[in-house]
Amino acid sequence: MLTLVVRRLALLVLVLFGLSLLLFAWVRALPGDPARALLGEKATPAGIAAVNERYGFDQPVWQQYLTYLGQIVRGDFGASINTGEPVVTTFFERFPATIELSLAALVLAIVLGIPLGYLAARRRGGWLDNAVVGGSLLGVVVPVFFLAVLLKYLLAIQLGLFPTSGRQDARIDATHVTNFYVLDGLLTREWDASWDALVHLVLPAIALGSIPLAIIVRITRASVLDVLSDDHVRTAEAKGLSRAVISRRHVLRNALLPVSTTLGLQAGALLSGAVLTETVFSINGIGSYLFDAVTQLDYPVLQGFILFIAVVYALVNLVVDISYGVIDPRVRVS
Amino acid sequence: MTGVSLLDVEDLRVRFQRKGQPATTAVDGVSFSVDAGEVVGLVGESGCGKSVTSLAVMGLLPRRGTSISGSVRFDGTDLLALSPSELARRRGRDLAMVFQDPMTSLNPVLTLGRQLTEVLRAHTDLDRAAAKKEAVELLGRVGIPDPRRRAGEFPHQLSGGMRQRVLIAIALACSPRLIIADEPTTALDVTIQAQVLDLLTTLVRESGTAMVLITHDLGVVAGTCDRVNVLYAGRVVESAPRGELFAAPRHRYTQGLLAAVPRVDAPEGTPLHPVRGSVNDRLAWEVGCAFAPRCAHADAACRVPDIALSGPRPEHTARCVHPAGTPLEVA
Amino acid sequence: MTALDALTPQAPPPAEVTGGGGAGPWRSAWRRLRRNPAGIVGAVIVLLFVLVAVLAPLLAPFRPATSEWFGEVTPTSVPGPSDEHPLGLDSYGSDLLTQLIYGARSSLVIGVVSTAVGLAVGALLGVLAGGIGGWVDTVIMRLVDVLLSIPSLLLAVSVAALLGRSPVSIMLAISAAQVPIFARLLRASLLAQRGQDYVVALRSLGLRQRRIVVGHMLPNSLGPVLVQATLTLATAVIEVAALSFLGLGDPNPAVAEWGRMLVTAQDRLDQAPWLALYPGIAIAVTALGFTLLGEALREALDPRSGR
Ligand SMILES: Nc1ncnc2c1ncn2[C@@H]1O[C@H](COP(=O)(O)OP(=O)(O)O)[C@@H](O)[C@H]1O
Ligand code: SF4
Ligand SMILES: [Mg+2]
Repeated sequence: MLTLVVRRLALLVLVLFGLSLLLFAWVRALPGDPARALLGEKATPAGIAAVNERYGFDQPVWQQYLTYLGQIVRGDFGASINTGEPVVTTFFERFPATIELSLAALVLAIVLGIPLGYLAARRRGGWLDNAVVGGSLLGVVVPVFFLAVLLKYLLAIQLGLFPTSGRQDARIDATHVTNFYVLDGLLTREWDASWDALVHLVLPAIALGSIPLAIIVRITRASVLDVLSDDHVRTAEAKGLSRAVISRRHVLRNALLPVSTTLGLQAGALLSGAVLTETVFSINGIGSYLFDAVTQLDYPVLQGFILFIAVVYALVNLVVDISYGVIDPRVRVS
Repeated sequence: MTGVSLLDVEDLRVRFQRKGQPATTAVDGVSFSVDAGEVVGLVGESGCGKSVTSLAVMGLLPRRGTSISGSVRFDGTDLLALSPSELARRRGRDLAMVFQDPMTSLNPVLTLGRQLTEVLRAHTDLDRAAAKKEAVELLGRVGIPDPRRRAGEFPHQLSGGMRQRVLIAIALACSPRLIIADEPTTALDVTIQAQVLDLLTTLVRESGTAMVLITHDLGVVAGTCDRVNVLYAGRVVESAPRGELFAAPRHRYTQGLLAAVPRVDAPEGTPLHPVRGSVNDRLAWEVGCAFAPRCAHADAACRVPDIALSGPRPEHTARCVHPAGTPLEVA
Repeated sequence: MTALDALTPQAPPPAEVTGGGGAGPWRSAWRRLRRNPAGIVGAVIVLLFVLVAVLAPLLAPFRPATSEWFGEVTPTSVPGPSDEHPLGLDSYGSDLLTQLIYGARSSLVIGVVSTAVGLAVGALLGVLAGGIGGWVDTVIMRLVDVLLSIPSLLLAVSVAALLGRSPVSIMLAISAAQVPIFARLLRASLLAQRGQDYVVALRSLGLRQRRIVVGHMLPNSLGPVLVQATLTLATAVIEVAALSFLGLGDPNPAVAEWGRMLVTAQDRLDQAPWLALYPGIAIAVTALGFTLLGEALREALDPRSGR
């Protein structure tokens, strides 16, 4: 187990190293003077001089790379060309919103998806099964952003059950510690702030949760069907165990193995979906920041973003692999 | 039958009806009985309904698409009439089962110890610690070396033979009165088949547990069983004490099977004759002898519906119009 | 047909074809497909979608993106259905039905082209990996793993950032995400066939590896590739919309796009929700069509996969 973690972390370092090389080459490959390309339309002689100083464009290429690498290692991703804010600062302001939303969506999907998939498999061919199979098909084909727009129109605009946008009512003068608003409210004991942030999360989380929900339901169902026909379940029945024990200990536990691996693969789709959902509900997460960076070719932000995502992604998958080892002894030993 | 038997299966029929497919009759009126402490063989080629019979007795057939009739009396109660939860309470405690494939019959993600203690805890009032101790003891009894350590291991860390021993330990855990062993050695390496079979019969004999031993191999039956029932196409075609069956088989199918078993006492050079044809060429029992299409002795007389089990003595009966040892063969 | 050809089973690989009645596997797959109602629904949707996209100039009542009736749109209202405009106007004063019809066109073109590119590149990599094996396989598959581990949106953003916003960069962005899928599929299919009796037989006849792969194994992979391509088209249609929803779409405002229609509709969600409803439904139904058809194809080509 420990060697797995060490090996994965070593691999991560290697990947980051390669990635930094790519990102370095990327900016270099831009047409024209790199400093001018970096600054785009906003290039002023002073700006160009500053950029040249930072990246050392007048030095040999290998030295430029070392400089860049050194800055990354120190957590210095440079400043946004648009806002002048350090990239890292903005990340710490923005990412919590995106992660909060993604986690809420994931929790929703797991809490609903696993029992639904299990029940559908148990009553295969029944009405619940048909509804679940049909529903998961819908979850796959209805784009998140459309679902988000629909929910916003019906439940927020028409029925007024939920707020239409944002993360928290502006009238609530909440203290922000971690920028995870729900958590902040709990930390500072401003319960109403937490509650309000939670209410703001409901619709975005449902919309975003539709992607992992559809997939979790499908995989749970297929996996439970597989396990139900396994010999060891018949052994458990022959032992005279109660139905509840068989379901929990011998069916669900085994069936969750494939579900947990797919969860890791969902991280990417979840992030993409979060960015889309944020636009619909005007959530100041990483989505709009990224959007601005792309449309205005804000290279420092893009470079930092790509590196950051790579790290998050690798860590998520490491966690998934470890949890896989915890539930499946066959993986643990080999 | 006298009615004092431990297990009394009478006219058991199992039909499978799958959506969009014609119904198949897997078991077509099987009757046999097992006395307390007795080891009874159920022999027949693959596909003749042995496993379905045993699953029906245990109440383990899928509920949907299966219709079962007849009666399965265990110690006087008809198991087929019990509710699922009543039946579950008896399974593992009064009657237990050892399955064919040890590689897949254990849960891969639970420790061996846990898979043993969960039966104990379901049917006895042992507490966690006592169940654990008992589990280690059981593992030792089935010949697993270093049982304390092994109890903490997972199935994939054991060989097939060892896993089958664990399954035997699970079956014996609550000292049931009957064990059904469905081809317990078929999936094992030839070299360890005999060891596992020995272990099973020894343990069963020691504890006075009755056993139904299911096999397609008469050789397995030879050294272990008190009585043997030969199954063909979903019915018992011959039932006899072990010695008589080997010495003087009456049904032509039994004869054929025996000719296919290599025997140590046969003169050197005696050819082996597998039964020709396959189980798929068969007549419906309602039309005539199901074995007729493969039988060298078949004639018009064999095409009568529902030939009955008969014989000079009730201990040895066969479902054959021209049994071995009758004038026709002499002629 | 040479004697060698006779050794090759036709795609799909010989699954136990029940009730095939001697017809070829493609024929019996076709028969199974026709009997699958979900597949028929999918096929009809796909067919309609393609027809609408191809015949857009004939079907649409007006020319797209004219803003001809811009004067009728006020800050607080967008005209709904009328005799002239069956679905009303969009917020720029163009005919909504026309925009929807032309939107099908962009989706089809970008979806098909990007899938074709993704398929071609992915298949090439997969065939090289599976056909040559050894270190070539290792290198290609590592590369594919890396590609697969990058979130598709991030990939799209990088491509868009690198190449600028243009239809071509959208297509490349979408196909970049598809390359690993097809590469894995083809490699797996080739590896699965490698041990099959007919391949061993061909090899024992002294056939070159390249001829075996190209002439015999590749045609057998056609079924799974077809299935995957159909399913991928569903994702592609959604991705096209997602990218333009994020503002990464075609920068030319005269091109009608469902994703962009959905974005602009958001500003008037309370006045004219149908502006969002129609393009959203169009995207979902098109994706549904390709998904149903793809799943039905999968079941038809491999009856055992049906669950
Ligand atoms: N669940 C089932 N559904 C339909 N047919 C079955 C089922 N289980 C067994 N059968 C059929 O019943 C017959 C007897 O099977 P089985 O009892 O497993 O034979 P064996 O004597 O080899 O153990 C076989 O023809 C088999 O195909
Ligand atoms: S009844 Fe006839 S066909 Fe059947 S085994 Fe006896 S002799 Fe053969
Ligand atoms: Mg069997």
